[in-house]
Amino acid sequence: MNWTVNEDASYLMLSGIQHFRFCPRQWALIHIEQQWAENVLTIEGQHVHEKADQPFLREKRGKKLIVRAMPIRSHSLKTNGICDVVEFHENEDGVPLHGEAGTYLPIPIEYKRGKPKKGQEDVVQLVAQAMCLEEMLLCDIPIAYLFYDEIKRRVEVEVTDEMRDEVRAIFKQMHHYFDKRHTPKVKTGKHCVSCSLQNICMPELMSTTTVRRYMERYL
Amino acid sequence: MRKLLNTLFITTPDIYLSLKGENVVVTHDEQQLGRIPLHNLEAICTFGYAGASPKLMHACVEKNINLTFLSQSGKFLARVVGESKGNVVLRKTQYRLSESEVESARIARNFIFAKIANQKWILERMTRDYPLRVDVPIFKQVSNELTTTLKDILVTENLERLRGLEGQAATAYFKLFDQMILQQKETFFFKNRNRRPPTDNVNALLSFAYTLLAADVAASLEAVGLDAYVGFLHRDRPGRASLALDVMEELRGVMADRFVLKMINKKIMQPADFVQKENGAVLLTEDGRKKFIKAWQERKQESLTHPYLNEKISWGLVPHAQAMLLARYLRGDLEEYPPFLWK
Repeated sequence: MNWTVNEDASYLMLSGIQHFRFCPRQWALIHIEQQWAENVLTIEGQHVHEKADQPFLREKRGKKLIVRAMPIRSHSLKTNGICDVVEFHENEDGVPLHGEAGTYLPIPIEYKRGKPKKGQEDVVQLVAQAMCLEEMLLCDIPIAYLFYDEIKRRVEVEVTDEMRDEVRAIFKQMHHYFDKRHTPKVKTGKHCVSCSLQNICMPELMSTTTVRRYMERYL
Repeated sequence: MRKLLNTLFITTPDIYLSLKGENVVVTHDEQQLGRIPLHNLEAICTFGYAGASPKLMHACVEKNINLTFLSQSGKFLARVVGESKGNVVLRKTQYRLSESEVESARIARNFIFAKIANQKWILERMTRDYPLRVDVPIFKQVSNELTTTLKDILVTENLERLRGLEGQAATAYFKLFDQMILQQKETFFFKNRNRRPPTDNVNALLSFAYTLLAADVAASLEAVGLDAYVGFLHRDRPGRASLALDVMEELRGVMADRFVLKMINKKIMQPADFVQKENGAVLLTEDGRKKFIKAWQERKQESLTHPYLNEKISWGLVPHAQAMLLARYLRGDLEEYPPFLWK
């Protein structure tokens, strides 16, 4: 897996927002410290994306145009990344597309392993993708979908202004940490169990005694 | 903590290692001697002239398998190091701190503290396990001296002074080393530490154990993104893995010295395992080396509770745990580097 590809140095990887929403420390370990470790969950995730990651496959089905692995970016969020799938639906409220007749409404779809999660990490990533597309195509995207591999169904996500604000706030924090090259210490908890970086993060460090006390015990 | 895998040792010269599928293939004179799946391996360590195919090196680097080449006598020759992890910030911090005397001394202090604390507990352990065999009052006296030195170290922020205290402690500890040899005294004796080349059996074993340990420590440091060549206690010298030597200080006593003593006291190593050259240099025979390595590997699989992390890990992962703790200190997660303190 390659986390290092990022052409513009001041731009952050879009997919990082899911890591950051899950745990800012996990995000910093991956994106600032360039650490990565696999576990069952990450391998499953890669497998799910293999299907979506076919940049040269373009389908036209009736009034629907389906594009896979579309590179996207946002200058205002200073991020870039890839949309697994973008569906363009012919729609009167849509925008004209280069090389296509009519107007279209873009709908981003992100593929995920497992089933819908309790946390918002998948949602913020999808909303960030929608915001990139909105900026690149000058349009409004009211809905988007998360496709979960375990239930084999897509789940509709409403792209609200509150969600857009949250995405902006998260990116602001991410840029702040990245500029300082700072790996934050954060609360550990149940979520650490599913984190593949547990061995690198050493969450137990957050709760041990001071090194000084530890050493003085040996005198 | 991750799981410890195996190390493949190649002790016969003229062996060629190559990659087939996901396996290392071991060949001699175009004859295949064996193949081992890479996913079982932590490291490959070769002694004497042994070749390895670039494709195998590539695979090792990709899978984080440490591939080390040593001379037949165990002198370090080369290690295959892959693309530096993109962890530039960590390395720059390491370089910056190593440039500063005070910052270096703060870290070096903890290396030395652990080295001496561990030596002290080796002595204490001897008096507990063999009160009838060793001169307990002298052991207790040296142990108390070491405690005094430890207190001094805790407040020292000067590298020269640290080295002085370390030397003093080492002299006191090694003075008792011969007394810790409880069997085969006519073949195994210790007068003083000598090396390059070692001139007695005990020094030959110590040197060999340090070599094995150094390779593990250097690999662990590189694996977490640190530069094994830039140290805090040991200053830079081209070709010397100074940081590996730094971290090794804590582990020499508990991982190497005690192991050597055990090999002698349990009569696993025997007079026939050594040859003396005309110039006095002592070498391990090939069989002797195999025996030693086999026991070394078994020892690495044994587990203990890490004193700082309070987590059960295998001895073989101790260098890795220390490398991670050092990296986490440099990145600001910890207020001090927690060294490995054995009891």
